[in-house]
Amino acid sequence: MAKQGATVDKDTPVLECKDLSISYYTRAGEIPAVVDFNLKVMPGEAVGIVGESGCGKSTVALAIMQYMGKNGAIVGGELKFMGRDMRTMSEEELRNIRGSRISMVYQEPMASLNPSMLIREQLNEVLIYHEGISDEEATRRSIEMLDAVRLPDPERVMDSYPHQISGGQQQRVVIAMALLSNPQLLLLDEPTTALDVTVEAGVVELIKDISKRFGTSMIYISHNLGLILETCDKIAVMYSGEAVEFGTVKQVFDEMRHPYTRGLFNSIPLPGADRHARPLVPIRGQLPLPHERPRGCNFGPRCDHFRDGLCNVHELHMEPVKGQSGQSVRCVRYQDIDWDKAKPKAVEAETIEFGPTVLQVKNMQKYYEVNDGSIGALLTGKTTRYVKANEKLDFEAREAETVAIVGESGCGKSTFAKVMMGLETATGGEVILNGKEIGNLPVNKRSPQLVGSLQMVFQNPFETLNPSHSVGSQIARVLRKFGVAKDKEEARQKVLELLDLVKLPRDFARRRPRQLSGGQKQRVGIARAFGGEAAVVVADEPVSALDVSVQAAVTGLLTDIQRKRRTTLLFISHDLSVVRYLADRVVVMYLGQIMEQGNTEDIFSPPYHPYTEALLSAVPIADTSIEKKHIVLEGDLPSPMNPPSGCPFQTRCPRKIGAICEQQMPPLKEFGNGHRILCHLDDDVLTSMEPVIAMPGDKAKRGKASAKPATAPSSGRAKAAAAAAALAAMPAPVKEKARPAATPARKKAVAPARKPAAAKKAAAKPAGPVRLKKPESKADDLKLISGVGPKLEQTLNKLGFWHFSQIARWTKKDIAIVDDELSFKGRIERDNWLKQAKALAKKSGR
Amino acid sequence: MSDVTAETAAPAPPTGLKRLWKSIGLLRESYVGMFGAVLVCFWVFIAVFVDLLPLQDPLAQTRGAQMLPMLTADAKDVMHWMGTDDRGRDMLARLMYGARVVLFWSVLATVVAYSIGMIMGVTAGYRGGWWDEIISFIGNVFLAFPQIVLLLVIITAFGPSSQLGIWMTNELGLDKTLVSGSLIIIAITFSTAPQVARIVRGIVLDLKTRDYIAAAEVRGESPLYIMLVELLPNARGPLIVDACLRLGYVIITIALLGFLSLGLPPPDPDWGKMISDGRQWGYNGLNMMLWPALAISSLVLGLNLLADGLREISLRD
Ligand SMILES: Nc1ncnc2c1ncn2[C@@H]1O[C@H](COP(=O)(O)OP(=O)(O)O)[C@@H](O)[C@H]1O
Ligand code: SF4
Ligand code: SF4
Ligand SMILES: [Mg+2]
Repeated sequence: MAKQGATVDKDTPVLECKDLSISYYTRAGEIPAVVDFNLKVMPGEAVGIVGESGCGKSTVALAIMQYMGKNGAIVGGELKFMGRDMRTMSEEELRNIRGSRISMVYQEPMASLNPSMLIREQLNEVLIYHEGISDEEATRRSIEMLDAVRLPDPERVMDSYPHQISGGQQQRVVIAMALLSNPQLLLLDEPTTALDVTVEAGVVELIKDISKRFGTSMIYISHNLGLILETCDKIAVMYSGEAVEFGTVKQVFDEMRHPYTRGLFNSIPLPGADRHARPLVPIRGQLPLPHERPRGCNFGPRCDHFRDGLCNVHELHMEPVKGQSGQSVRCVRYQDIDWDKAKPKAVEAETIEFGPTVLQVKNMQKYYEVNDGSIGALLTGKTTRYVKANEKLDFEAREAETVAIVGESGCGKSTFAKVMMGLETATGGEVILNGKEIGNLPVNKRSPQLVGSLQMVFQNPFETLNPSHSVGSQIARVLRKFGVAKDKEEARQKVLELLDLVKLPRDFARRRPRQLSGGQKQRVGIARAFGGEAAVVVADEPVSALDVSVQAAVTGLLTDIQRKRRTTLLFISHDLSVVRYLADRVVVMYLGQIMEQGNTEDIFSPPYHPYTEALLSAVPIADTSIEKKHIVLEGDLPSPMNPPSGCPFQTRCPRKIGAICEQQMPPLKEFGNGHRILCHLDDDVLTSMEPVIAMPGDKAKRGKASAKPATAPSSGRAKAAAAAAALAAMPAPVKEKARPAATPARKKAVAPARKPAAAKKAAAKPAGPVRLKKPESKADDLKLISGVGPKLEQTLNKLGFWHFSQIARWTKKDIAIVDDELSFKGRIERDNWLKQAKALAKKSGR
Repeated sequence: MSDVTAETAAPAPPTGLKRLWKSIGLLRESYVGMFGAVLVCFWVFIAVFVDLLPLQDPLAQTRGAQMLPMLTADAKDVMHWMGTDDRGRDMLARLMYGARVVLFWSVLATVVAYSIGMIMGVTAGYRGGWWDEIISFIGNVFLAFPQIVLLLVIITAFGPSSQLGIWMTNELGLDKTLVSGSLIIIAITFSTAPQVARIVRGIVLDLKTRDYIAAAEVRGESPLYIMLVELLPNARGPLIVDACLRLGYVIITIALLGFLSLGLPPPDPDWGKMISDGRQWGYNGLNMMLWPALAISSLVLGLNLLADGLREISLRD
């Protein structure tokens, strides 16, 4: 049925995954990347898949595209497109479906664009290939489509090469290209992660009504719950290769049932609450590797509601949630957990006494000289041009204060950090640290004490540590360099103390960076920054590359240490929701200038600078009850090489009043308390602005740490004050016992007593390994052996292996025999299987 | 915010030796690399233990036993497995001792050329600006010469038969082999170091944008420290592969110099010289040319395959 062009049956799902299992085959054996995945996408529906990196989101997308690479394969279940199983289709049919009836948009727009072809050619090609229409017709349709994805000036874009347009525009072109063939299903894998916030907001706005306008079904993959809420109807939460919760967006966001989903929500900042009313709670531990998953619930080792003997007994399945049609969850205890009790408790708002002013930035200016070798420049004689990275920065920071510097890429945040660090010197103005001018003091002229008192936490956890040196030696180097530790022994001791400080085990000192997860690396980065007697620490987007569940832990740690040590923290970020949680003051930058600055509360409530207003509205919010204004900025960031005249924001400002904005630099307006706005708008226009984010029944003053319920009724979040009261009266939460039982496969223990007996038995039966008929009693779950996935388990069962003890008894010869029968290409560490099987057999008592 | 318990501990890191053993284990997965490694190990083994092998004296000339074909015994009933050369010296012995000579000088030349190339490359890449302009310019000048011309110019200008060479041997009393050997090293350094520098510069340009370099700069490390401790160790992966290939070229170059009689002085066995010795006998010298030619190609092939294998496994995971 459902031939191309046939009318679409409203009740046939466009895509259906039934118990889909996908494995990769590597050196370590079969890696079950996705297990028993179920998903139904109805026509016109948008389904979101959310989860931490490595949980298998992309694998699902690639399986749907049938692009598994040579070491990946679907090993179980069904994958139906328009009612037909894709696994039975011929290569020819798949080719026809891919790219025309199912299209995919990747995170990196340039991955889908050919850098050496005009966009016109690339777009027309799609139409000509799939529909065989003429070139003019194709051009007309392409321009229409570019217009539909709201690209300004489509004709010009058509005649550009991909590198001539900005990242946001590229992604729109890719989406246009995907939509051109009029697909039934559009897959988007983190399509906005590489974009700036305000640009992202525009693309999300577009994605949001693709289903409505084009009738296309969508699968939207993201790690950002807020984006899913804005774009999707349904949501699947994935954890460690499984869907753990599925339902409509409303169901999952308001009444989440799975502890992992709840953990995700508890770890992200929400507007309308701050760190006192609703402290962020990270999920402890890490995502297990696919071949190291625990028995029973995969989330067990990280779950606060884990019960031994219940959660770690057998594999769990998705179960429909009682009383909620369409919602399902993979948790045995979802009905028993009392969420009101488990709510994160509000903490007392600690009052921090800020000390004296530590840092003063006065009219700081930094221009980079660039040599323009173009013929035009040579003719006019203007071969040197200036990139105005910082135009006129003016702000202060006190001891123990956290000042957030907010802005999009290219606004000059990092340049400022470089001047602070002495990697560049200022072109004008002053930077004064504790009364000493440092803006013109390069790092090699600074004293070790000064260098040590000004340190930095870097953005990319994968680059912040040198892969060639051990963690301990890298921290020790810092200590020696700053003169904090005199000799080796003292350095060693201090390294261990610093590891304690950032809550890492001491034996990490001997590790190489690649043995650490992203969050752990970032902790080492923090330890390094606080190694000296840091007076000011600059953190450049320290958590933006981490998974949400880890972000909370790292920011928490960073601010804790900073407050304890009374260090001044300059927190550079583009994410206003994080900033609201940790900053005392906020500086909003655009094109090298400060647009607005003030106390955090003042920044987040009117009056706003028009740019701040747009930034605030661009932040995706994972809360169904919150209404927010949508302000989508036109165009892209201008180049700092030739910034617009007058107000820097005038090219994109939705509130622009006219010629005055284009001609005159706006005045700096004071609103008290150090709240300053750089704008021509009249005071009464500014003060009468409406809040961007509106709480449900929002009458009370916003912003303040009022312990008001922040969110939906009866949901796990919110009602912080009540929760705090409840918690005070409540006995301590149940401590789990026997935690190790959750991870049996990891034990390296061997059962020595069994070994001789087993060996003898094997010897008595020379005809190969012991095989059994299907046992009446329950067979062991062979998948617990790392390297055995669902596929290999089936094969082993077919060969008559049902119990760990059988495998534990294999001799070298048996292994050879089994290897032949498995006909598995590649090297698998079978000895390892034996060890594991022995340990498992001992545990299960057979 | 709430406390975070330490994230679960991963298995302890393998120590240096174990890591080495593991990498060798990985090489087993590339048949090509394994084959190359076996060839290379064979020659290295020979070069190191040649004294202990039951071979004849490679320099001893047997009268009346000149140019014996392979697998023949001479009048004294001494078996010459690979025959003898035009002076009645045992080919097998010469070939095996030649391995030591070739490997010694080629490894030494490669190490010197590589060290200089790395210093040039890392300086050009990391310091940039004038440093880069000057170093790249010098490198390009040498690269612009056809390599063989460069070698010939250097060796004839400064070789043992030049004024300088004669002065060094006669006045300073230096060993002839030493003089020729150092000259070979210098010549190879001039032709190879710029190429190495170019590769290193490319890698460093990429590496220097990493945050850990910024971190080092921010804590006030000297450029020298950053180049040697922070940058170079991270370039080792691609450089090891390249060094294998490069060693192969150097072996060919040394053989070529020997063939042109510009290499090491006689009577030390040198594979290139051995081939040219055979060449003057035309067809009759075939046996004399065959064995050294096979030796050179097997060693160079081994190095190339080893490099391929290393690259293959480094690309996987
Ligand atoms: N080609 C591959 N070979 C082996 N393992 C892979 C491969 N691709 C992904 N994996 C593993 O499969 C798991 C799921 O990965 P992925 O689907 O990329 O997750 P996500 O998109 O959610 O980040 C991860 O543990 C990952 O390491
Ligand atoms: S099954 Fe148990 S361990 Fe898993 S999520 Fe539910 S309560 Fe937590
Ligand atoms: S000065 Fe004009 S253009 Fe600039 S932000 Fe204010 S209103 Fe907008
Ligand atoms: Mg992914």
